[in-house]
Amino acid sequence: MRRFVVSVLSAAAFAVSVSALPPAASASEGAHLEKQKWSWSGLFGSYDQAALKRGFQVYNEVCANCHSLKLVAYRNLAEIGFGEDEIKAIAGVKELEDGPNDQGEMFTRFAKASDHFVPPFKNDQAARVANGGALPPDLSLITKARLNGPDYVYNLLLGYKDTPPADVTLMPGMSYNAVFPGSQIGMPPQIFDGLVTYADGTKATPEQITKDVVTFLNWAAEPELNARHGMGAKTLIFLLVLTALFYALKRQIWSDVH
Amino acid sequence: MSAPASRNKLVKWIDDRLPVFTLMQHSAIDYPTPKNLNYWWNFGSLALFVMIIMILTGIFLAMNYTPHTAHAFESVERIMRDVNYGWLLRYLHMNGASMFFLVVFIHIFRGLYYGSYKNPREILWWIGLLIFFSMMATAFLGYVLPWGQMSFWGATVITNLFSAIPVVGQSIVTWLWGGFSVDNPTLNRFFALHYLLPFVMFALVFIHLWALHTVKSGNPLGIDVKGPQDTIPFHPYFTIKDLYGIGLLLIVYLYFVFYAPNFFGEPDNYIPANPMVTPPHIVPEWYFLPFYAILRAVPDKLFGVILMFASILVLFLLPWLDTSKVRSARFRPIYKQLFWLFLIDCLVLGYIGAKPPEGGYVLVGRIATIYYFAHFAFLPILGWIERPRPLPESISAPVIKGGAAKMMEKA
Repeated sequence: MRRFVVSVLSAAAFAVSVSALPPAASASEGAHLEKQKWSWSGLFGSYDQAALKRGFQVYNEVCANCHSLKLVAYRNLAEIGFGEDEIKAIAGVKELEDGPNDQGEMFTRFAKASDHFVPPFKNDQAARVANGGALPPDLSLITKARLNGPDYVYNLLLGYKDTPPADVTLMPGMSYNAVFPGSQIGMPPQIFDGLVTYADGTKATPEQITKDVVTFLNWAAEPELNARHGMGAKTLIFLLVLTALFYALKRQIWSDVH
Repeated sequence: MSAPASRNKLVKWIDDRLPVFTLMQHSAIDYPTPKNLNYWWNFGSLALFVMIIMILTGIFLAMNYTPHTAHAFESVERIMRDVNYGWLLRYLHMNGASMFFLVVFIHIFRGLYYGSYKNPREILWWIGLLIFFSMMATAFLGYVLPWGQMSFWGATVITNLFSAIPVVGQSIVTWLWGGFSVDNPTLNRFFALHYLLPFVMFALVFIHLWALHTVKSGNPLGIDVKGPQDTIPFHPYFTIKDLYGIGLLLIVYLYFVFYAPNFFGEPDNYIPANPMVTPPHIVPEWYFLPFYAILRAVPDKLFGVILMFASILVLFLLPWLDTSKVRSARFRPIYKQLFWLFLIDCLVLGYIGAKPPEGGYVLVGRIATIYYFAHFAFLPILGWIERPRPLPESISAPVIKGGAAKMMEKA
């Protein structure tokens, strides 16, 4: 009986500890996140290439006005299906400061495929001034830098309420968003029906736009994901077979030990 | 033991001058191993395997990493994005740390259950604890290197522990930092030490194995090997058993690497370090949580730090705290129960370490901390009052009555 009690206790404590351990500080993120089905989750999940292209369009036309994407280079867009000329065209309209030239002067030039995404503001201070004191975060890793990142960003973008609850007094320039910690966010609502016109004819509903841009942002954070999942499936299948063979060999070799 | 019966002249020529082949023959092939080892004895070789992976991936990561506060974060992202298979190297290294601790924790608890620390294996146990100590230091130093928010604030919290030392505390902290806050000199030295310590560990592992091969492996029965009938050679029996274990470990390890590479990490560490913004919760990596819980269980900082270090140092005294002559918990009815309670206590401490220090968590953390030390305080008494069950005659004849005689007949 005592043994039984101990093992039940240990199983319970283990279950509690294990389930509570890794995403440790989950308690602080209050709001409930509505889980979405993402094409890249699961053992064989991979990015939806059409969604990536649409998501880039949303980022480029909307988000990029305030949010940088410093860790991604224009050349990386080849991975989501843009051709060389398209990439040149996308980069070629962005200006950046370079230099010094042989006269010792800094100069402005258009971006090339090898450049990283040109940030919308020269520095954080300029970004704050233009955004009522709030700093729009760089989005290169946003889906990795938040708990349940893709779902968080999705719910946040759609989580605005025109009228806050009665007990909340918004500070000037802030919007009410139940998903954002503290519920007051500097970014005004961005996602509207028909915000962009998709080249592939997809209907631009708020949910569609949000899903596409989150897909793109997750690619920006984890560009290696397709390769990782592909290699993972092969590796694990190989390992299962190899380990089974090791086990059979172990049984065989040990059969004379008593 | 004789030299390997190799007729190869080159082998003989080398072996006469430096007996590496004889050494391998003794230590990796003939090495007599108790034949009743169970799968809990696999975790030592697994730990060595993970350590080798850590050192190899670490060397290649170091070739692409920049230990400067202005470049560290981006250099890690460059590894993830622009270095060929850099993401694989980094995820192997990151998750390898978690696997290393998982494997070593099981290895340590194996030792606790089967009394592996008892005469004549005290020094073997000590070296193991030293390896564990350097592992913790290495892991902490390594976690700082990506220079994310948790890196920076973790480093700040942990180094500040030393400020609890009376009189010289603050000077020691300044000395550790190489300045007046965690900054570039801190990152530089942490990188240097993170590269150095694994090789110290490697040397300690060698000594650990040396001690092991001097006193030989224990076994689940906890009784001494009586003769050659109790042992089997390491090769092929344990080479294949260890390979099978490595296969199983790799399945778990690589599942995380390929499908949940950030499962053990903190999202905050993908935000570049910012000394002006403190994260809402500063949590150490999961393997430090039980010790973190002990640290926070005490209202007084100095006493908390002392208790945290004591929680590991007390393990050094274990060979003398445990007064029972019987090694294996199989034959110790009370100790066996206490072992499981102690394991639960450690898991509870780990759970509390992940929670904010408020409300009921504080009380549970304090009770669990007291229980942690009470366990060790009770062990000397237990050795006197516990009546162990009768030990078997030998490993080959594990059953006391009836069965043993039959087995002897068969043999």
